[in-house]
Amino acid sequence: MQVTSPVRKPLITGGKTVHDVTEDICRQVEAKPSKLWLMAFGVSVVTLAIGFLAVAATLWEGIGMWGLNKTVGWAWDITNFVWWVGIGHAGTLISAVLLLFRQKWRMAINRAAEAMTIFAVICAAMFPVLHMGRPWLGAYWALPLPNTFGSLWVNFNSPLLWDVFAISTYFSVSLVFWYLGLVPDFATIRDRATGMRKTIYGALSLGWDGAARTWSRYESVSLILAGLATPLVLSVHTIVSFDFATSVIPGWHTTIFPPYFVAGAIFSGFAMVLTLMLVTRHVFKLQDYITIEHIELMNIVIMVTGSIVGIAYITEFFIAWYSGVPAEQYAFFNRMNGPYWWAYWSMMTCNVISPQLFWSKKIRTSIAATFIISIIVNIGMWFERFVIIVTSLHRDYLPSSWAMFYPTVYDMGVYLFTFGLFFTAFFLFAKFFPVINMAEVKSIVKSSSENSVKKTA
Amino acid sequence: MSDSKNFILGVYDDEDVLLHAVSKIRGAGIKIDEVYSPFPVHGLDDELGYKKSKLPIAAFLFGMLGTTLALTMQIWMLGIDWPMIIGGKNFVAIPDFIPVTFELTVLLAAFGMVGTFLVSSDLKPWKDPKLLDIRITDDKHIMAIDLAKNKAVDAAQIGSALKDSGAVEVNDKKVEE
Repeated sequence: MQVTSPVRKPLITGGKTVHDVTEDICRQVEAKPSKLWLMAFGVSVVTLAIGFLAVAATLWEGIGMWGLNKTVGWAWDITNFVWWVGIGHAGTLISAVLLLFRQKWRMAINRAAEAMTIFAVICAAMFPVLHMGRPWLGAYWALPLPNTFGSLWVNFNSPLLWDVFAISTYFSVSLVFWYLGLVPDFATIRDRATGMRKTIYGALSLGWDGAARTWSRYESVSLILAGLATPLVLSVHTIVSFDFATSVIPGWHTTIFPPYFVAGAIFSGFAMVLTLMLVTRHVFKLQDYITIEHIELMNIVIMVTGSIVGIAYITEFFIAWYSGVPAEQYAFFNRMNGPYWWAYWSMMTCNVISPQLFWSKKIRTSIAATFIISIIVNIGMWFERFVIIVTSLHRDYLPSSWAMFYPTVYDMGVYLFTFGLFFTAFFLFAKFFPVINMAEVKSIVKSSSENSVKKTA
Repeated sequence: MSDSKNFILGVYDDEDVLLHAVSKIRGAGIKIDEVYSPFPVHGLDDELGYKKSKLPIAAFLFGMLGTTLALTMQIWMLGIDWPMIIGGKNFVAIPDFIPVTFELTVLLAAFGMVGTFLVSSDLKPWKDPKLLDIRITDDKHIMAIDLAKNKAVDAAQIGSALKDSGAVEVNDKKVEE
């Protein structure tokens, strides 16, 4: 028997029974799409289509369509890549790390957060793929395939190649973890459906019958997947940070990057989860499952990781000064006072100051404040990557090569495309898949719902 | 007789009652064919006397395979087949090979274990689950007792034992093979 301490707040409110969980979550999968959903989905598809024009132009004409120049050879592309990968960190962190720590509040949010992870990683992958210029040949440059192009094998000493392996492993393991969680829930939908729906959800549910023997194996598979996914999550952004940290560019060449990037990724990932979950919760009326308690706990994670990011910024500055290396000192001085001062100070305001507001219980339990701060955090995290990448490059070693970066409409279009892709995929998921993990939530109805907490108190 | 199975189903609506019921029924010398639940019930596998899953061993072996493959691939490609001077580094620079080795270890361990799980639990898209009760995936736990495997105890006795153990319903179910 599972016992929850009476000091813990209930994770499910509204006196729900196990059957209510099935009804509440299946309702939106079974109902006809609402007008609101159709509108939101329509806007996403239109965004995707408009953005695709920029993608098509990039593929047709080449990456010269972007605003990159000889000095700033990496800008929005890598900024957006790192930003999306960072956002993709919350899902697997919630489902894997919080599973290992036995945090039961993960159960209501892990499904949607993992879906978000998968879509964000797809969006992230768009940028390096498009940056290849001729992505149809990309497999030869990214994977160890025998070829006749020159250097026979890929360079395993390169962090960019490590990225290929890290991101693709992260994507595929997250996908498997997510799908495995969906199987019992697809079975629930299958057993309520008829006709075509029954066939489709029947195939998706892999003939799940809920046998104790299968559940027992399923539980050990979940636990080990969580154990494998935990170092994986940490490794992905570590390796992304190696793209910069292993170089010799002042402002990039720092050993603090791996933990600093991982904390930043969790920070932005949780913010994006909150942005999306607050909307999903409202539209699908899931207030009893995603409670203020859940929102508060996520806000605390944002506050902690935001503080780590803040300390990392300050440490970087201190070390730049303390190193006594003029190039390093200049890189940081230039970030603060150079032509990109506005990007730097936007980053500082959004990432360092805004999460500190969550020290106030009133703010971290306010839905409106949470929603606004969650968006501010992701704006700040975009600026962080932009500052790190562009300000470190634009003042080259020779003053004659100094340059600024101006994005073209194609840079913006490709970014827009990934937004369209992300939201189109997320809305399809929200309509056709159960947005909350029913089987897991059902397992805590007895121990962590409002009724049970009252009983033991 | 051989082409159909007769089950007595005990329907439970509470996981803790179910756990006690399993030990009571097994204590009464009745063999339980299987218990079906809408969500994982912790400790149910122990009560039913199931052995610990060997899937962790499968995961470890697949992981080791990943490590070996990754290291062999990188050392062979850059060290033996086509050595290249990259920044004056060693041809076989083991620290540089660690990230890819780690990722492939995780990849193979995860996919190998999940594949083993799907095969050993016979989960596949074209399978008909033949549920004994449609409420299994909603909110009821079903304890299935195969009459053919319990010839020593008569059906009425099994039914009353289930009722006594806290079953909210006791049903008969005939399954055509």
